[in-house]
Amino acid sequence: MSATTASGFPGHDPYRLGGSHGHGGHGHGHSATGHGEGGQASKLVTVAYGFWIFLLSDIIIFATFFAGYAVLSHETAGGPTGSELFDLNRVGIQTFLLLTSSFTCGLGSLATYRRDMAWTQIWLFATGLLGAAFLFLEVQEFVQMVEEGAGPSRSAFLSAFYAVVGCHGLHVSAGLLWLGTMMAQLFFKGFRPDIERRLLCFNLFWHALDIVWIAVFTIVYLLGANQ
Amino acid sequence: MTQTETTDQNDAAPGAEEINVAESGGGFRAYLIGYGLALLLTAASFYAAQSDFIYAPAIISALVVLAIAQMGVHLVFFLHITTGPDNTNNVIALAFGVMVVGLVVLGSIWIMGHLHENTMPRENMTREEMLQMQR
Repeated sequence: MSATTASGFPGHDPYRLGGSHGHGGHGHGHSATGHGEGGQASKLVTVAYGFWIFLLSDIIIFATFFAGYAVLSHETAGGPTGSELFDLNRVGIQTFLLLTSSFTCGLGSLATYRRDMAWTQIWLFATGLLGAAFLFLEVQEFVQMVEEGAGPSRSAFLSAFYAVVGCHGLHVSAGLLWLGTMMAQLFFKGFRPDIERRLLCFNLFWHALDIVWIAVFTIVYLLGANQ
Repeated sequence: MTQTETTDQNDAAPGAEEINVAESGGGFRAYLIGYGLALLLTAASFYAAQSDFIYAPAIISALVVLAIAQMGVHLVFFLHITTGPDNTNNVIALAFGVMVVGLVVLGSIWIMGHLHENTMPRENMTREEMLQMQR
């Protein structure tokens, strides 16, 4: 059915009182008029919204770790403090890598919007490489600290440090596994609607990890090295 | 994209590009602007923490402000959260998340800070405080 016949104003129907225009794409095809009527939102919108709620609750989990770290960051039990342990140059490089990976992930999302398989894969691959380099530096830091005798059992400060930074690192690792899966699924199944929903969720996840990292480098490293 | 589609009143998925590319500063430019701003804010954070450019007791506030600003940049330019009517649900969920995060973090610091002061080790107490405890 077309808006033209229903509303009687051809070409002018900004609130789509005439119902769906039947255009392609997703998110708008099945909904009708403007005021919450006309049925449920498209599956892409509900899936992405549900994942958005998940991400916000994940961020709340991180908030509890940050609260623990903020409370315990002075309790070094005579052991090494943040200013002695943290190498801000490495943290700076890590931040740059993760921020750039968020940027390339966004470019991949634009390529997906254009239905450009080659560039979507290239940007996803770049995102994965940058994420892996980030993880490598983090593992290197942990190994170095444990060798110096600053393991998670040394003090309450270090327990909190490994908990919050390790939790973020685990999320990045899971994200890398997800990314590899998405590249394979996209390659074999193409831009199917379900693959597209998963890609959107992955993009949201990866950007959210970068937002959490802002809090990590600010609260854990920069403030920790200042104490 | 027709005008009708960009002015619709329906919900937008968080992170959906179809809203982003319709903006005047959208698409690739949005990511470029966001990336540039985030790099600047990151550099400012690291500089503020390591130099004496900022009065030392105010560094904490400066870093928190810079971090919140950068989170805002990420939300707007990378996650495409807008103030548009199609984003109302996303913004409400975000606001609730921010509220819980604020309660958890500030509440923990507040309560544990007081607890820390009130369970001071004995060697730091004055004689009167000791006597008060023995009564």
